[in-house]
Amino acid sequence: MPIIEAKNLTKVFGKNSKQAIELLDKGLSKEEILKKTGSTVGVNRASFTVEPGEIFVIMGLSGSGKSTLVRLINRLIEPTMGSILINGQDLAKMDKPSLRQVRREKLGMVFQRFALFPNRTVLANTEYGLEIQKVPKEERTKKATEALKMVGLEGYLEQKPDQLSGGMQQRVGLARALANDPEVLLMDEAFSALDPLIRKDMQDELIDLQSTMKKTIIFITHDLDEALRLGDRIALMKDGSIVQIGTPEEILMNPANDYVERFVEDVDRSKVLTAQHIMKRPETINIEKHGPRVALERMKETGISSILVVDSKRNLKGYVTADDASDARKKEIRDLKEILRTDIKKVDKETSMQEIFNVINGSPIPVAVVENEKLVGIIVRGAVIAALAGDSEVNLDHA
Amino acid sequence: MLKEWFTEGIPIAEGTEWVTDLITKTFAFLFDPIKEHFGNFLDFSSETLMLVPPIVIIIVVAIIAFFLSGKKLGLAAFSVVGLWLIDNQGYWEHLISTFTLVLIASLLSVIIGVPIGILMSKSKTAEAIFKPILDFMQTMPAFVYLIPAVAFFGIGMVPGIFASLIFATPPTVRFTNLGIRQVSKELVEASEAFGSTGTQKLLKVELPMAKATIMAGINQTVMLALSMVVIASMIGAPGLGREVLSSLQRAQVGTGFVAGIGIVILAIIIDRFTQSANSKKEQ
Repeated sequence: MPIIEAKNLTKVFGKNSKQAIELLDKGLSKEEILKKTGSTVGVNRASFTVEPGEIFVIMGLSGSGKSTLVRLINRLIEPTMGSILINGQDLAKMDKPSLRQVRREKLGMVFQRFALFPNRTVLANTEYGLEIQKVPKEERTKKATEALKMVGLEGYLEQKPDQLSGGMQQRVGLARALANDPEVLLMDEAFSALDPLIRKDMQDELIDLQSTMKKTIIFITHDLDEALRLGDRIALMKDGSIVQIGTPEEILMNPANDYVERFVEDVDRSKVLTAQHIMKRPETINIEKHGPRVALERMKETGISSILVVDSKRNLKGYVTADDASDARKKEIRDLKEILRTDIKKVDKETSMQEIFNVINGSPIPVAVVENEKLVGIIVRGAVIAALAGDSEVNLDHA
Repeated sequence: MLKEWFTEGIPIAEGTEWVTDLITKTFAFLFDPIKEHFGNFLDFSSETLMLVPPIVIIIVVAIIAFFLSGKKLGLAAFSVVGLWLIDNQGYWEHLISTFTLVLIASLLSVIIGVPIGILMSKSKTAEAIFKPILDFMQTMPAFVYLIPAVAFFGIGMVPGIFASLIFATPPTVRFTNLGIRQVSKELVEASEAFGSTGTQKLLKVELPMAKATIMAGINQTVMLALSMVVIASMIGAPGLGREVLSSLQRAQVGTGFVAGIGIVILAIIIDRFTQSANSKKEQ
């Protein structure tokens, strides 16, 4: 069951919201509605679901309504129409006390320009969410200190936010949201104000945190690279509407329309594609069953000059070359182990193309792709180059 | 009747008098006890302060000045010399009366002004209603308030404080409103996103953030209250102002100057005190 479900979530800014919604139903565009009613459509009938433990990225350019959409999720902005279900409860229909309760217990938020309280210390900032729930001082200090430890700021408890760098300030912002132990983190362009290197560190840390804490994260960004790095799924917005929802691969490989296609055109494919997208089914022999003779036969059949060797559990053991195998046959060696070579290059199936390119450069034999030491495929140089060149005949079955 | 309005003028003056009379009579039950008890309280406060020997007060003020100004000697030295000079000229009791009037008027202005300012910042309707009233209060010549003040409260310190209140409250109201409206939208959103109630948002985020601005307004209020001292003496408020007024009536330049200097010294001390109290908390 999804943790968050938005149905036809709509926000119209301005007075004639009813009329504007009627016009929306008739299929008029944002500009036409602005001309006719003077109202601005912020978010137009957005529907999506977010599963527990997922990083759901909402991406769009400025003015696309993504920041409005995230504020509709915790009702910082009142929806004009539609519903927002959190664990099945409709937030849009809640009275104020219940809404506060949901915000306190289930939703944490991280802001673009950090929104730390400048008059409070780092610790007092982190305690804020617990303080307003009237958690006893000792307990909230303990929880806040733990949250700060998680983001690596345990040494800065008594500093004021303006004494910290931007990256550290946003860690405080993150710790403040985590201290409440919410089920969902709403992150509104949380890393956009940071410089690129720190930004990448923060992205990595967020992924780490997410994998240990299993929080559901809704992440807003205008940066496609960031969306692709972080997102389990991405919702792409334009003019207040969601134009496509899908995994990063789906969005890149099957853009729903011209807009998405133009959006993803400039993406550096080498960062997005990983080993599993370009690997092929490997020819193997089993070290426990086969000898040099079988190895040679198999290489002859498929026209290759070396073959990967695995055990019965498909653990990668190494490779043998055709030359070695034919020598072994002449010398009547029966055990593959004697001619097994182990200097094989391996990459994980999540390895990015960039790194594969470095590994494969200068390697005479194909690179093995492994998952937990088990062989899952091989990559030949041609496939890497083809993928980098934008040939979209890549293999998405493994995604 | 309409015709008369055009031929003989709309009777605004008569109307105002009628309304003032009505208020005076209707609320006599309220005004009389205020006049009596509040008057007694004011007399008691200033008389108690007068019991303290001047030298003690001067030393206490100097010590506070020293610490408020960040352990610098300037303000403390000025306070000592200034207050000693006033005592030396024989105006100590007038100084205390004036100080009591300013202090009580400012406190009441803050107590009334800050909540109104908060209300204005939260509600567009309240802002629309209070803005013209504030404009009226600030631009109407201060002397005009003295007339209803006397009607309501007789003569003495109480009507003086009433007139000061009307004249001095607007800056506190305006600056409170401004200060809260200027709090960054993201901070307000953050406090809401974590589930703050309206009161928590106000007390934990908005007021602390707006504090510097509100303090600037309060500083202005205190200064305006002080500037009302001379005017209030026209309706019998005691203090340095009364000395200035009587010198004016008797054309005594010297006495008037000395009493005036007393007010200036008090103004500078109060102004620096409220300002440094503000800037110190900002650090």
